[in-house]
Amino acid sequence: MQLWLIPLLPLAGFLINGILGRRLPKSLINAVAIGSVVLSFGWVLKTLFGLDLNTAHTEHYFTWIQSGTLSIGCDFSVDRLTAVMLLVVTGIGSLIHIYSIGYMAHEGGYYRFFAYLNLFMFFMLVLVLGANYLVLFVGWEGVGLCSYLLIGFYFDKKFATNAGNKAFIVNRVGDFGFSLAMFYIFRTFGSLDFATVFGQTAGASEATLTMIGLLLLVGACGKSAQLPLYVWLPDAMAGPTPVSALIHAATMVTAGVYMCARSFPIYTHAPAAMNAIAVVGIATAFFAATIGLAQTDIKKVFAYSTVSQLGYMFVGVGCGAFSAGIYHLMTHAFFKALLFLGSGSVIHALSGEQDMREMGGLRTKIPWTCWTMFCASIAIAGVPLTSGYFSKEAILAAANQHAPWMFWLGTITAGMTAFYVFRAWCMTFLGTYRGHHHPHESPPSMLVPLAILAVLSIAGGLLFKIPTFLATFFPEHEVPEDFTLTLIASSAGIIGILLAFLIYGFKPSIADAFARAVKPLYTFVYNKYYVDELYDNVIVKPVVNGSRVVLWKGFDAGLIDAIVNGTGTRARNLGSVLRLIQSGNIRSYATWVLLGSLGVIAVIVGIASSGGMR
Amino acid sequence: MDGIPISWFLTLSAILFALGVAGFLFRRNIITVFMSIELMLNAVNLSFITFSYKLQKVDGHLLAFFVMVVAAAEAAVGLAIILTVFKNRSTLNIDDIDTLKN
Repeated sequence: MQLWLIPLLPLAGFLINGILGRRLPKSLINAVAIGSVVLSFGWVLKTLFGLDLNTAHTEHYFTWIQSGTLSIGCDFSVDRLTAVMLLVVTGIGSLIHIYSIGYMAHEGGYYRFFAYLNLFMFFMLVLVLGANYLVLFVGWEGVGLCSYLLIGFYFDKKFATNAGNKAFIVNRVGDFGFSLAMFYIFRTFGSLDFATVFGQTAGASEATLTMIGLLLLVGACGKSAQLPLYVWLPDAMAGPTPVSALIHAATMVTAGVYMCARSFPIYTHAPAAMNAIAVVGIATAFFAATIGLAQTDIKKVFAYSTVSQLGYMFVGVGCGAFSAGIYHLMTHAFFKALLFLGSGSVIHALSGEQDMREMGGLRTKIPWTCWTMFCASIAIAGVPLTSGYFSKEAILAAANQHAPWMFWLGTITAGMTAFYVFRAWCMTFLGTYRGHHHPHESPPSMLVPLAILAVLSIAGGLLFKIPTFLATFFPEHEVPEDFTLTLIASSAGIIGILLAFLIYGFKPSIADAFARAVKPLYTFVYNKYYVDELYDNVIVKPVVNGSRVVLWKGFDAGLIDAIVNGTGTRARNLGSVLRLIQSGNIRSYATWVLLGSLGVIAVIVGIASSGGMR
Repeated sequence: MDGIPISWFLTLSAILFALGVAGFLFRRNIITVFMSIELMLNAVNLSFITFSYKLQKVDGHLLAFFVMVVAAAEAAVGLAIILTVFKNRSTLNIDDIDTLKN
């Protein structure tokens, strides 16, 4: 079925734009970049319609590593889970590529942006198509690299390059866990192939599987920005907005969820690890939502929202409702990408302004953006019948069945989600304009993807019934339909929306008064609970200072340089001593000749007296 | 025949050699230094001949011939050097030839 074409088309786009892009006209760069992704999307559709998805379809290309008992092939495989991921990645990817034409039109490094974006698509598709853990890891690392490159796209800004470093390094911590998990898997099962490993999970001990599951969770926390490795995602907003939409909302950060869902045979046999996933997920969801309440930068609000919603996906996976988690992955891709692209449209309209306190009243000035973002906002808030409603209900119902306290925490978080999203919407679009720019509507290349995503946000849940689609893939997980739960969760969302409208739509002064009343708490939340400062002082500064003082000044300059320089000095000193023999005085030369000959005679006599030389 | 014991010859050779070394080290005139070198060579010749007599072989005599040839050649070259040095420096004092001194 030529699965290799799916990732290879974006790779070709990367190579063409990367190598020749500097000299190509913009229209050609667009054609190559967007064409490769749209063609890839088309090929995905063709492949999926031609396949019977009830069995995994694997293609083996070549043996990559062959060493002793370790045999890793470059294999791609497609089953139902892969199908969902492929459609999300290529579909949303195409829309964002089209959006980027308009957004990046006035930016420098145009070809470089599209080259990196295509490279990202390549790695993400490799990640999703991989049929063993190592090929998945290749894609995993590759998307981390592209994330670094794209976050630091404006490389002349220090905070952007710092953010790129932070993203890559924190990811690395997670990758360490993932690597350990892979070693453990290989040691236990003798292979890294999904088919082989998952066929043998029934026979392995629960302790081993729990360990593997927890290590995989560490990896997922790094990539999908869960506690405690979420700190890179808000800083990643330093990158261009299409990057935030594609990588940090719809695709890369979902790789952790995908990996955990893919490893479901391991997790179903290790309930402790699954519980850990759910706990981490719900804690992150709640924690990030509280931070999102107080942010004033529009992209930061959505960044913390992403962390929170990823927490929901992990809750779904951790409670055994794998298809619910993937369902939320898809719907989240729709409305979060729309929220980010919409905010990009707002920022574009205001020529770079990102602070919501400088916005307001844009409803009349950029109506398309306003109302598409409204669609995304009601979807994320879980208003009944939107896509977000279905997926969130599925997750919360599963959470209630697993542990009721998770349901309540999740419902409160849903309320907070609705509140902060509509807070952002009201601050941006209602009231009167507080800034100094001249807002203008975005070009059609930006508005058409917004419109498509708005339709998907509203109707996507009804159109794509993922739980039904994935019912044959994941194990049976019966969750009783409970209308009271649905009612409670929906009301939490509606209350959040109404509260936000009340405060930010009509009387913003209430918010300021409240913030002043709880000043210490507000400052604490506004400064993201000082987690970044904590990490900085506990981890970063000791490492940097240790490196500088001990390793650099102590070892490198003090020891190694001293040895090298010392050898030179010693040679010079020896030379200056030996120099004195050559005095220019003939009689001293004569003396040295005599002494030397006496020495030779002594040696010869010594050898002769001790038995002679053979 | 109970002639002169060899040890006397060898002692004489040693004394001559030591005198030659002393002259080589302590005399200031270049020509005197060369004479000391000749003295050392002849002392060695004496000890060669002594051993050749003792062992009743001609090897020592042959070596003595060689040493004499070398001494002659070396004397010729050395005197040529001394003449040149005297022409340039107008002195035969060995301590005054020190242009390589730092």
